[in-house]
Amino acid sequence: MGRIAVLIWKELIELKEDRDLFGIVILAPILQLFMLGYAATTDVRDVPVVVADADRSVASRALVARFDASPNFTIVDVVTSPNEVDPYLERGRAWIALAIPPGYGEALGRATPQALQVIADGSDANSTNVAIGYATNLIAGYAQALGARLPAGSVTPGIEPRVRVWFNSRLDSRDFMIPGVLALLLLVITTNLSSMGIVREKEVGTLEQLNVTPLRRWELIVGKLLPYALVGMVDVCLVLAVAVLWFQVPLRGSVTLLFALTLVYLMSTLGLGLFVSTISSTQQQAMMTTIFFFLMPMIYLSGFIFPIENMPAVIQPLTYLLPLRYYLVILRSIFLKGVGLETLWPDALALAAWGIAILSLAVARSTKRAA
Amino acid sequence: MRKTLAVARKELRQIVRDRRTLVILLVLPVFFLLLYGYALNWDIRHVRIAVDDRDHSAESRSLVSAFVNSGYFDLVAAADDRTIRALLDRSEVRAILIIPSGLGRAVRTARPIAVQVLLNGDNANTATTVMSYALTIVRSESARYQPTAAQPLVSVEPRIWYNPELRSTLFLVPGLIAYITMITAVVSTALSIVREKERGTMEQVRMAPIDAGPFVVGKTIPYFAISLVSALGIVIAAMALFGMPMRGSWLVLLLALSLFLIGALGIGLFISSVADTQQVAFQAAMLASFLPTFMLSGFIFPISSMPPFLQVVTYAVPARYFLRALRAIVLKGTGIETVWPDLAALVGFALAVLTLAAVRLRRQWR
Repeated sequence: MGRIAVLIWKELIELKEDRDLFGIVILAPILQLFMLGYAATTDVRDVPVVVADADRSVASRALVARFDASPNFTIVDVVTSPNEVDPYLERGRAWIALAIPPGYGEALGRATPQALQVIADGSDANSTNVAIGYATNLIAGYAQALGARLPAGSVTPGIEPRVRVWFNSRLDSRDFMIPGVLALLLLVITTNLSSMGIVREKEVGTLEQLNVTPLRRWELIVGKLLPYALVGMVDVCLVLAVAVLWFQVPLRGSVTLLFALTLVYLMSTLGLGLFVSTISSTQQQAMMTTIFFFLMPMIYLSGFIFPIENMPAVIQPLTYLLPLRYYLVILRSIFLKGVGLETLWPDALALAAWGIAILSLAVARSTKRAA
Repeated sequence: MRKTLAVARKELRQIVRDRRTLVILLVLPVFFLLLYGYALNWDIRHVRIAVDDRDHSAESRSLVSAFVNSGYFDLVAAADDRTIRALLDRSEVRAILIIPSGLGRAVRTARPIAVQVLLNGDNANTATTVMSYALTIVRSESARYQPTAAQPLVSVEPRIWYNPELRSTLFLVPGLIAYITMITAVVSTALSIVREKERGTMEQVRMAPIDAGPFVVGKTIPYFAISLVSALGIVIAAMALFGMPMRGSWLVLLLALSLFLIGALGIGLFISSVADTQQVAFQAAMLASFLPTFMLSGFIFPISSMPPFLQVVTYAVPARYFLRALRAIVLKGTGIETVWPDLAALVGFALAVLTLAAVRLRRQWR
């Protein structure tokens, strides 16, 4: 037992002395979360609009003013003919163009319904959808206000939808993204530490030295991984503090459960790093393998940004192989829903199984090898 | 010039010797484009919904049918007071429709009535879309009972350029190209210099009559060649397999790609020149490129929606310029007269980063 403690102590000292590494694994995550927390917003604001006002009447200017006043839109320019909007869309100076036909004001005065063209830049399909939605909403509200002033027949009341959003009433995408960023940061940092740390000793030759010490295999592995787990937990504390105190992401569930399940998660990530180290002979190989075979698939297929339920049926079963998938569900549930183990036990179990499996595989591989 | 080429030749020989890395750099990017291009989209369908119908009238059943027939929703369960909480907690459904008793009677006697839609807010992105689906369906179902509903005075007729069906694939694939290319490039050079430092072979390089500048350039050349081949492979695969159009000029595309690659390789080299151990270089490369490229390049989140201080930071993300240029060339078919600002930015970035790397190295060598 004392032997492991010595090894852990050695690892921690080495880590502390490598000032660069220390800074990177402790300070950089905070910086990253800070930046990425602010980046993660799907709320579309200040959409640049170019208006082709062929009417130039009081009514058309009133409509343009409506757009200008809305926080969702910024009027980039007002031109006269619809043909003039082409360069704006091509150069990306505007995302949508609003075309007001000549005679708009007059038709409005006679209460004749008319349709306005909204030309959209479809190369950014996501934002375009949202922008068109905003424009439609704005015009619908404007039309309603206009209609209310006219002595038209009253509209019969019908079925009114009342929407209530659970867990995230502001529909703040930040509350959804920040736990995801935390999970990803942990993954990147701890797999790097464990995969590179061990291969480096292989490359430099100090692994041989450790081999001739009276340390047994499992003691060596535990002694190597435990300091990294410690680093991971410190990172979690720091990132959690920023998330809750600065970004005010609600943390409705049990913090203890969060830490406990994070430890289980770390078992998977560190085990993964260890496994990669057993199949790589140089640090370059370890890095490439970690990034391309594990980190990249996880960022795309784990449900971090792209919902798993949207993926084709053949791909969805593959996502069960990713520990990040389970940890994301766990994190987001603890943050946003405040649920406990009684709901999360399937994911927790899967995470634990994954961790044990990969660690066993890694240990088995490292014991069979001669060096 | 000869010295630069000598460095390049040596580096190339070392690369070729590491079979696994070479295969990863050449083959995997295309494989990943296929995988992610196929797997990822934002078109939200098969939304799981549960219904608590407390009315059981013809009108309430008609409303439920409207949801099912829309093609967007899958009715998976009947809910009641006791099960609502569990269904949402376990995320078994994305939405729950609660129809109050008396709906049928209210509709038949032209009195207003409200239905509740509970949305699972754990995924804000999806929830927004699901909400707009639900609202539209309820409103159009409501309008069916209003025969004299006046047509709105002003309505919207959308026309969408470049991507009329708003296929999210066409939007995602250029982003994927930029992302995969960036990571591959940064990662391939990030260890190249620092590896020599760790192994001790850097001393030998220092004794050779070569200056830091040509050394850095020489190191870049073989990785540039490999990355260019890999990137072109991705672009061609995107066109062949995902129907990504090519409405612009190949020459301009090649230019943009090359400038982007040089900048990305330069980032890796700079990290390599600053770091003392490969482990640090790896961490730094990851933290500088993995998440920032994903989130700050305009790939997923629109830059114009970010707070001003962050928008300034995105000017330092080369993928931002490349993505804009790529989309313009490929989807809009515009030429160099439109994309030159982005290309100029890429040139500036590449020069800055490579110079920094050379300067750092020269200082270390002194």
